[in-house]
Amino acid sequence: MFTYYLKLGLLSIRANPALSSLMVAAVAIGIGACMTIVTVRHVMSDNPIAHKNDVLYHVQVDNWNPADPYQDPDLPPEQMAYIDAKALYDADRAFRQTTSYKTSRIIQPDGDDARPFTLDVRATTADFFPMFDVPFAYGAGWDRASDRNEERVAVLSWELNEQLYGGEDPVGQMLTVNGEPYRIAGVLDEWTPVPKFYDLNNNPYGAPEQLYLPFSLAVANNFNRSGNTSCWKPVEDGGPEAFLASECIWIQMWIELRDASEKQDYMRFLDAYVEEQKLLGRFPRPLNNRLHTPEEWLEYQEVVDDTVGILLSLAVLFLVVCLLNTIGLLLAKVMRRAKDISLRRALGASKSTLFAQYIIEAGMIGAAGGLLGIVMTWLGLRGIEQLFIEYDFIEHLVRMDWSMVLLAVALAVLSALAAALYPTWRACNITPASQLRIQ
Amino acid sequence: MEFGPIWRAMLRNKGGFLLIALQIAVTMTIMVNAIAIIQERSRNIARPSGLDEANTFTLVSVSIGEDMDNKSLIDEDLDLLRGMPGVLNATASNSMPLLQSGWSEGLTLEPGEGKSDSSSALYFADEHTADTFALNFVEGANFEPNQVEWRNHEVNDWPPFVIVSRALAEDLFPDETGSYVGKTFYIDDDNPVNIIGVVERMQAAWQGWSGLERSMLVPQRQDWNFTRYIVRTEPGYREELMPEIEDMLVKSNPDRIIQSVRSMDEVRKLAYLGDAAMIRILTFIVALLTVITGLGIVGLASFNVSRRTRQIGIRRALGATRPAIVRHFMVENLLVSVIGIGVGGILAVALNMFMVEAFALEPLAWYVIPAAMSVLLIVGQLAVAGPARKASNVTPAIATRSV
Repeated sequence: MFTYYLKLGLLSIRANPALSSLMVAAVAIGIGACMTIVTVRHVMSDNPIAHKNDVLYHVQVDNWNPADPYQDPDLPPEQMAYIDAKALYDADRAFRQTTSYKTSRIIQPDGDDARPFTLDVRATTADFFPMFDVPFAYGAGWDRASDRNEERVAVLSWELNEQLYGGEDPVGQMLTVNGEPYRIAGVLDEWTPVPKFYDLNNNPYGAPEQLYLPFSLAVANNFNRSGNTSCWKPVEDGGPEAFLASECIWIQMWIELRDASEKQDYMRFLDAYVEEQKLLGRFPRPLNNRLHTPEEWLEYQEVVDDTVGILLSLAVLFLVVCLLNTIGLLLAKVMRRAKDISLRRALGASKSTLFAQYIIEAGMIGAAGGLLGIVMTWLGLRGIEQLFIEYDFIEHLVRMDWSMVLLAVALAVLSALAAALYPTWRACNITPASQLRIQ
Repeated sequence: MEFGPIWRAMLRNKGGFLLIALQIAVTMTIMVNAIAIIQERSRNIARPSGLDEANTFTLVSVSIGEDMDNKSLIDEDLDLLRGMPGVLNATASNSMPLLQSGWSEGLTLEPGEGKSDSSSALYFADEHTADTFALNFVEGANFEPNQVEWRNHEVNDWPPFVIVSRALAEDLFPDETGSYVGKTFYIDDDNPVNIIGVVERMQAAWQGWSGLERSMLVPQRQDWNFTRYIVRTEPGYREELMPEIEDMLVKSNPDRIIQSVRSMDEVRKLAYLGDAAMIRILTFIVALLTVITGLGIVGLASFNVSRRTRQIGIRRALGATRPAIVRHFMVENLLVSVIGIGVGGILAVALNMFMVEAFALEPLAWYVIPAAMSVLLIVGQLAVAGPARKASNVTPAIATRSV
């Protein structure tokens, strides 16, 4: 019976090619508009480190202005001052811990006519790599001893290695950074966390840094800070040392804790640290320490732009219009066939048979709309890519994955079925023989 | 007009007409809100930065060696730039309007660790900056060459005077009706600075910041291995000079890198990439939506015409003229549209109130609603015109046929 209804459905769809294609197109365009925005939102609000969400924590302490909170209502700063980052790191009270910041360096490639260029660098500590499960293509990260000794070691991104060494294994070779030789310890595999959860202050939807160098070395040699720096208190005179001793915030700190008791212990340690500093005249604000999991941190920082929310609400309404359109057309189609239906009912067709027949016909329109909708979504994403073509990270934000393809099909079939319900119900309720009087 | 009979006839097929009315209502909701957002974003993009944008470009010099003499490098570079034929003026600074990265400071009216009274973008400047930025002084004057000092990393000194944008002056001294020149405020808690000049307009570096119009020029030059040059050319010379100047600076000193050579148009485009994209996406959505709704009306009307062929034939046989048949369908559509845009008006305002609340948008301008209503009425009438004409072609003889 099912295949027979499929055949009937096809016949009916082919009987009205213009109208049927209008219905399919309406479903497809509605799904396309909706899924384009849903896909972008899905990518932007993703938690790229979800598999470690229960063990990683971003650390915040409130060293801000007593007269003026960092952010209303009474929120602590998003980044950390060097004195606190150093003290907490040196205390070594977490299973793993990392302090890092964004800087930039100049690379002098080997070869006589190669021109030097600047690139974004992350100054970080040894634990950064194991904590965030950063994948390596060659070699590995450095160890804590390299941090302690301020060694000149470097980890390259996949792209930088492609550019400098053609993708060959460069581990052990020397790389010239700002005129100084660095030993290459490792090369990352392709790694593009979106959003860049470990540093949401400096463009969460930008490419990760291309070179990783020890934090201790960067601080000791006064590498520039290319990310955000905020100060509430003037820095004393006296150059870099005075800056490091200041209350200016510019460092991101993350820790890894294995269970709830470790988390409790760390929180207690953090409170004790701040209380101790208060005795020294720092931390004028009330105790306001925070540990956020990556997911909480992404939410706290509100990384997803309002624009996406606005577009999403409009896109959902857009889909509603497309569905109303389809319902109206299906209804008109059913009403025009009222005579057939009533004749069939008179000849003994049950309501459920008719229901099955028309819902299958609608389902076919839905499925066709869904498949075409995937194409529309793909086109929509390409359109968005074109609009942001000057922003070279856009390709990572307009990617479709299988979950989105499945969602598109499911949404299309569901929409078409929802659209078919009312017309089908009306069809089933046409009384037998009511339409046959005049014949 | 036969509103009564047409209305009663419509009530016999409520479902179909209700659907069209609803579709028009939701279409109108989207249309009105999309237009409101398009207007807001267009206004954002249209705000002038204050610079002579068509003739300005910027580039960056990064010294490679840590022990480079940046002061003489900057002086040499500026001499080269200002001596170049076709260049009106050039300056070195940390940032520029719309660049999206820069320096901001909280400002107070009283010395000490208080809550900031205002905040401002800050551009390090020399006596050439005002001219390079094409600033328009509303009062006071530019820096004298002897007022400009070097700022180094050892000391966090602030100069005793600054030039501010009018918006910053107004924000700091809202009650002042006379002159802002000579007024004092404090930077970094307790460093007093005097206003010596006020310029009409000079935007901050961040187009999304609520204080976009608040900025100031600080007469200091940064002894830093990262220097941004801003160059203003004579009208029409920029495109030709950009590669020439890049080449000249690359050759003049091999111990540094010249990078990020960008015209002000590119800087602006990057700053407003999101707004421009939003405008295009929403315009596309509104256009597509209107077409879909129009086609939906055409489809439904055609159905109705073919379903009612016999009735139309009977009316014609009973003496209805062809214009009367056309009018029937047009009026029918008009009634549905009026219900649709009525409901749509309410929904549009409701959604706008929600968006204003949730996304801090500006409330919509009143005239958008009647404008959208008229557009949808016209689209509806145009869409129904075809099927209505087809209906009027039904011959009275149909009435005598029994299907």
